[in-house]
Amino acid sequence: MTTTITTTGDTAKPLATPLRSRGHGANVLRRLVRNPQAMLGATVILILLIMAVAAPLLMPADPFAASMFNRLKPIGTPGYLLGTDELGRDMLSRLILGARLSLFMGVTPVLLAFGIGGAIGIMAGYAGGVLNALVMRTIDVLYAFPSVLLAIALSGALGTGIGNALVSLTVVFIPQIARIAESVTTQVRRSDFVDAARASGASALTIVRVHVLGNVIGPIFVFSTSLISVSMILASGLSFLGLGVTPPNPEWGLMLNTLRTAIYVQPWLAALPGVFIFATSIAFNVLSDGLRAAMEIK
Amino acid sequence: MAALMTDDRDIGGPAQPLLSVKNVVRHFPLGNKGLPFLKDARNVVRAVDNISFDVLKGETLGVVGESGCGKSTMARLMMQLLQQDSGELIFDGETVGSRALPLREFRRQVQMVFQDSFSSLNPRMTIEDSVAFGATVHGVSPKDAIARGRDLLARVGLDPIRFAGRYPHELSGGQRQRVNIARALALGPRLVILDEAVSALDKSVEAQVLNLLADLKAEFGLTYVFISHDLNVVRYISDRLVVMYLGEIVEIGTAEDVFAHALHPYTRALLNSMPSVDPTRRTSVAPLFGDPPNPIDPPSGCRFHTRCPQAQDVCSKRGPAVSTVGGGQVTCLEYEPDSGYVPISIAAAQELA
Repeated sequence: MTTTITTTGDTAKPLATPLRSRGHGANVLRRLVRNPQAMLGATVILILLIMAVAAPLLMPADPFAASMFNRLKPIGTPGYLLGTDELGRDMLSRLILGARLSLFMGVTPVLLAFGIGGAIGIMAGYAGGVLNALVMRTIDVLYAFPSVLLAIALSGALGTGIGNALVSLTVVFIPQIARIAESVTTQVRRSDFVDAARASGASALTIVRVHVLGNVIGPIFVFSTSLISVSMILASGLSFLGLGVTPPNPEWGLMLNTLRTAIYVQPWLAALPGVFIFATSIAFNVLSDGLRAAMEIK
Repeated sequence: MAALMTDDRDIGGPAQPLLSVKNVVRHFPLGNKGLPFLKDARNVVRAVDNISFDVLKGETLGVVGESGCGKSTMARLMMQLLQQDSGELIFDGETVGSRALPLREFRRQVQMVFQDSFSSLNPRMTIEDSVAFGATVHGVSPKDAIARGRDLLARVGLDPIRFAGRYPHELSGGQRQRVNIARALALGPRLVILDEAVSALDKSVEAQVLNLLADLKAEFGLTYVFISHDLNVVRYISDRLVVMYLGEIVEIGTAEDVFAHALHPYTRALLNSMPSVDPTRRTSVAPLFGDPPNPIDPPSGCRFHTRCPQAQDVCSKRGPAVSTVGGGQVTCLEYEPDSGYVPISIAAAQELA
């Protein structure tokens, strides 16, 4: 049967342009910009990003230059604005350079897990039935471990190093993101517009691409951004335990570790990397909450 | 009918049913949600149990019944959104899913309008994109698909300049249902299944949409399957009626015949449950009591015997077969000769004696 769709209108005539409503993305952005908390978080993250990118320009001193005579200077020492660490290295410079590794360790595993876990969850959610059960029950096995324990166990098994820490953190986040992706996709798959698309003869891949993805990517992304702070803290924890970043590279978690012996001598100094970790994770969480709020409205 | 005659896709001529539903069965297993391979084979919901009927070319076939009787499952089976356990669909002489009529081709000729106008439109798509989507799936260029989509929007009463670029949440329920109708027509279908398509609309909008449906039917030579629980609407729009009870068909007949003298006791009870606004035609017969029995474990014999006002002992023992009475067909022991059912008049006489 070779029938063609007959066009009742004259396609040659130029299309009158209809009034366009603002799209979903533009609406979300507009509401996000109007949320002061989210904007504060975004500002903090922006400052951290500038710190990370322009670190060589911003650092007042060489972050690797140790000095036995200037160990553990307090905050505010002339020449050392934020003091010096246990090897006499400039704290401010190390904190600025540390933003690179800390942000990298916070964002990369979440991005990787967003891609992999999101794909697994959407596939399982759209397929449903036995495939869904097989995939999700496998995921549940990983999900059953506390995330800190799993990260340490995997890192311990894989060995020290940034690459191995990234892999173990990614594996920790994949089940969490996959579960969210699966539940959102299952919900969307049951809507009538997916049935209508199936009724028009579209393939599963086309339906997922055109109709499902746009409706599930937002919630999955919001959930993922809320994991960035967890990832940073876990990465810091791994570094603290000597499993992630190795000395002398500056990373906030590692700095917290090496300075812990100085906590009775210079408590404020020892807490500084923790303050940066705290501020960064709060900033990501606030931005993620703002994003969620901006997306919830129709 | 004029448009129908000239439809080059017509194969069997006007006498051949457009869609024949033959012995279609669909049971839903009550499985374990997390582990669906551990399902209980005995406990199934008999949503659609051995149903056969024809949809004639150019007609509007009304399907009525209480909620939970399997109307929507049947609509989804007819649209092949659900796969039947057994039985087959024959569309204009060709078995659906066979090489002569693959599923993809069938879906171009049969479309559906859903009850929930909001859930049936993608909230992230402009309505012109929603209407144009089906055509692009079948290889029409996006530009042509959009152009045709705008024509259809204009045809269902939505000015493309004002509405084409809008999102579903910016439209009212009636406007959204017009969009859904436009989308259903975008592939040029011959059969449109309207599953409670006007039930969620308020009365004045409902009337407008019903008139629109009637106009479109004449213009495009469509055949409708109109599923509804609203008997007044069904009476207004239908040529023939299918009455369902608990996953089975109890009666089929022309709308005129069924409303004038229903054959099946269930149909009579259903019609009597219609609220009458005419004080001279008060409802005198008691309506049905209670809910329909559980479709997991339907009653023995005739499924209606537990609620039937004229049930006899035999009704719980043997299931009725289809009897042809006048122009219609009914599934009730009362009309089966030698079934053991004592006709009402004789039974009343025996009671007196």
